Amino acid sequence: MSAELCDLTGAELSVRLAAGETSASAVLASSQARIDAVEDTVGAFLTRTDQLASERAAELDAYLSTGAPQSPVAGIPVALKDVFTTNGVRTTCGSKILETYVPPYDATAWARLAGAGAVLVGKTNCDEFAMGSSNENSAYGPVHNPWDPDRVPGGSSGGSAAAVASGEAVWALGTDTGGSVRQPASLCGVVGLKPTYGRISRYGLIAFASSLDTVGTFTRTVRDAASMLGVLAGHDPRDATSLDVPVPDYTDGLDRGVAGLRVGVVTEAFGEGVEPGVGASVRAAIDRLESLGASIGEVELPHAAYALSAYYLIAPSECSSNLARYDGVRYGYRAPGEHADSIEMMFATRGQGFGPEVKRRVMLGTYALSAGYYEAYYGQAQKVRTLVIQDYETAFERFDILVSPTSPTTAFRIGEKADDPMAMYLNDIFTIPANLAGVPAISIPSGLDDAGLPVGVQLTAPALDEPTLFRAAHALESALSLDLRPPLLQGAG
Amino acid sequence: MPVEIDIEHVAKLARIDLSDDEIARLRTQLAQILEHAALVGEVAAADVVPTASPIPRANVYRDDVPEPSLPVDEALRNAPERDGDRFRVPRIAETGA
Amino acid sequence: MSAPGYEAVIGLECHVELSTATKMFCSCANVFGAPPNTQTCPVCLGHPGTLPVPNREAIARIIKIGLALDSEIAPHSLFHRKNYFYPDMPKNYQISQYDLPICVGGHLDIELADGTARRIGITRVHMEEDTGKSTHGGGSGRIHDATYATLDFNRAGVPLVECVSEPDMRSPEEAAAYLRELRATLESLDVSDVKMEEGSLRCDANVSLRPHGTEAFGTKVEIKNMNSIRSLERALTYEIERQTKALDVGEAIVQETRHWDEDAGSTASMRSKEEAFDYRYFPEPDIPAMEPDAGWVDDIRASIPELPRARRDRYVETLGLKPEVARVLVGDRGSSALFDAAVDLGADAVPAANWITQDVAALRNAGGDDGELTAQHVADVVQLIAAGAVSNAGAKQALEASFASGEPVEAAVDRLGLRQVSDTGALGALADEVLAENPDVVQKFRDGKEGVIGFLVGQLMQKAAGAANPKVAQELLRERLQG
Repeated sequence: MSAELCDLTGAELSVRLAAGETSASAVLASSQARIDAVEDTVGAFLTRTDQLASERAAELDAYLSTGAPQSPVAGIPVALKDVFTTNGVRTTCGSKILETYVPPYDATAWARLAGAGAVLVGKTNCDEFAMGSSNENSAYGPVHNPWDPDRVPGGSSGGSAAAVASGEAVWALGTDTGGSVRQPASLCGVVGLKPTYGRISRYGLIAFASSLDTVGTFTRTVRDAASMLGVLAGHDPRDATSLDVPVPDYTDGLDRGVAGLRVGVVTEAFGEGVEPGVGASVRAAIDRLESLGASIGEVELPHAAYALSAYYLIAPSECSSNLARYDGVRYGYRAPGEHADSIEMMFATRGQGFGPEVKRRVMLGTYALSAGYYEAYYGQAQKVRTLVIQDYETAFERFDILVSPTSPTTAFRIGEKADDPMAMYLNDIFTIPANLAGVPAISIPSGLDDAGLPVGVQLTAPALDEPTLFRAAHALESALSLDLRPPLLQGAG
Repeated sequence: MPVEIDIEHVAKLARIDLSDDEIARLRTQLAQILEHAALVGEVAAADVVPTASPIPRANVYRDDVPEPSLPVDEALRNAPERDGDRFRVPRIAETGA
Repeated sequence: MSAPGYEAVIGLECHVELSTATKMFCSCANVFGAPPNTQTCPVCLGHPGTLPVPNREAIARIIKIGLALDSEIAPHSLFHRKNYFYPDMPKNYQISQYDLPICVGGHLDIELADGTARRIGITRVHMEEDTGKSTHGGGSGRIHDATYATLDFNRAGVPLVECVSEPDMRSPEEAAAYLRELRATLESLDVSDVKMEEGSLRCDANVSLRPHGTEAFGTKVEIKNMNSIRSLERALTYEIERQTKALDVGEAIVQETRHWDEDAGSTASMRSKEEAFDYRYFPEPDIPAMEPDAGWVDDIRASIPELPRARRDRYVETLGLKPEVARVLVGDRGSSALFDAAVDLGADAVPAANWITQDVAALRNAGGDDGELTAQHVADVVQLIAAGAVSNAGAKQALEASFASGEPVEAAVDRLGLRQVSDTGALGALADEVLAENPDVVQKFRDGKEGVIGFLVGQLMQKAAGAANPKVAQELLRERLQG
């Protein structure tokens, strides 16, 4: 059957819009129809913005009809993980404590998309405050993987990944702190990009772990990821950690191919704990790279084994401080009833408003930072971080790109790991090092395993070398030439 | 060796009310996670400089030029409880913090 | 004053609100007294997703303060998060500094009323942000019987400089002198309004006692809520006495924070907490390090004006003022500026200083502002008196007129008929008249009763309708009487 508008890539839609072959309103209608058809199964959205989207699409159509310059994102339906503030539109972070919160300002990343003509279809479900790898930690219920609704989409940006995989949005924003864009992209069969830390402004990205949080994208193709990054990237005076370096045209040179590119296979990433189906699919992708002219070698990231431990000290420590502001005083949930005093009110508000995973991490972080423990935990973890950065620097002296599976497994069943935090944390074992080092990484589908579930291969590049990253990923994607369509959509309109 | 964590004390620092069940569960789970996390101590890194941020910068400032503030109703729009143009909260006990 | 057995050890922790145009980490205007919650934004309200960006001017000002206090400006310093929960804290952490403050060390030289000079060490000067303001409701307006509270976040995020002294002060008088000198220094730098009554300068004290001649520190007690320099002195005096009494009967001093009650004239223990604060400091991940370059620091150094100490020295050594007068003059910026300008206009320093510290000060205090007075007025007054053209009383009257309306002093003198005749010709004629009309008084004088000359002077003044220079009048009469 011919592809619906909502299933096309952003690049394809952009061409049709420019040619006047379709309209923003028609594209939006297609996405909204898809949402209506599958949302009961997938549960990707917390808030739909139909009214705003229709108005915006109409404005866009008027604008586009004048033949004025058109951004790659103009007129194209986008979803935002519900951790991005949207002025006047409820933003919950998947938490009860922000159930009624309406931000008075727009996140910079969203503002840039909006300013370029993107059409917002809705805010997507996610693990509460971006803490999780399965989207089972949302206060509003889990998201279901479009490839198998009994399985998780991954997390924490599960809703955004599922929305793109199911055609509910053409592309989406997520956030990646320890793998929360790449891992769900891998589990849902879409492209997930985590750019260099600081490449995209964090202003309006509701903070989980400040030195790790990175705005990321979900798209159907590498080209779309490159287009989106071009609109999102750049210095923001409101974010003191945003990089003040020029933004190149990331779609330029996408087709250069990988002849002569030095690709390092991360040896630790194929050990025990990696499902055979995942290992096989990723190895096949690596072989493909070789056949395209890349030279393949092996590389070690000796301190990657400690990266998980370091992450589970740094992230909770920073989050315990970032989440202190949720106290029922100025916005959000306040525990009902009489309270002896304000502090008692805060205790009750936070006790009732935070879910179990958030409590776990806030408590862990509070403990790690508390008197007497700073040096042993947070201080030491930041040293491991230095060592991980050095591992990458050493690796990138010999290689241009590193490759590994994105996730050790494919999508697991909802409820399967929910009671075992440590088992859950292991989902991020291949993605975390890139967050510690701040280097860019992308997950693209490498195929399906025998159970028909998507597998993702992760490519990593040096800081600010997104061009090489895109070039390698695009070459591999073209060569693999996968046409992934979840069974859910067979027969769906 | 599992770490002994004073969960009640930590909950007090974090200002989170916990049920007895939660306290018990957290005591076990945090100990497990910390055992794993404490592996960072194994890495012989006495002379290694800790990294505060992955892409370090320095001297990032803002010009001292005022921009419009939020209109007062915007500032109070999300207030759980409002008293005129101020936020209202239960009494503030003297101990604070 | 310490009891004979104990030496008081006092350190002061001062907070200074900078008078920058905007707040520390956001671009809200930094103004005092605006209607509640009209100077707020998502950043200073601690909304989810917001980020802090440091105000360059605030950093320049704290560097300026550090340089004026002879501190080292750290080549590398960090903001840290100080984590604690309180309703007036929008983020429930304060962005502050911990072990890498911008300014390290330094000192402030103070001078007591009796002329004793002391050097008080400064431990550090660091940058942080102010909190919102809470108002207690439902009771008397005081915290202890309130049933609810309301919050205004206009002040949240205002740049706050914390200046910590070494525990070098040994008496309430020294502490007051330190605070006075610090205030005057900050005022001359133009970095803050430094008005204790508005909260732009705040001060907490740490006090402990130890037996004379020993080195170990006693248990220190923190005192808060002193809202003026006088308050500080009273509170310290009380606390030293309280601790002395306790130690004298063998009671241990509890390490705690005590609240100064201005009305009761005493310090009271704040309800004790179960645990000391655990601020869980860690480096602020949202703000990169500060490494001010040498050129910038040099430019700031060059912009520092003559500081109070140097000015006092100049007044005494170069202009010949008495130290107490210099101290009073330098203690008030307006007076000091007026004085300098008057001297530039040619006024003699010593009388100019006296006029400014006495009569002009009185007028300013009564009027609440500087009126219409200019340095020219002061210079003219000094001039006219020196020339004998007006008496002190007359000059005072003219000055009042000039203060009120700005009219030139000479014009006021003439308008009010205050001109004093010193012309010996005219006065001489009047003197002859007086002597001719009072032969019996003249005789009394020549018989040895010199005191009666006062009566004759009075007669001359009457004839001159008060406009005679009494000194000259007396001289002329004496000449004639003795001749």
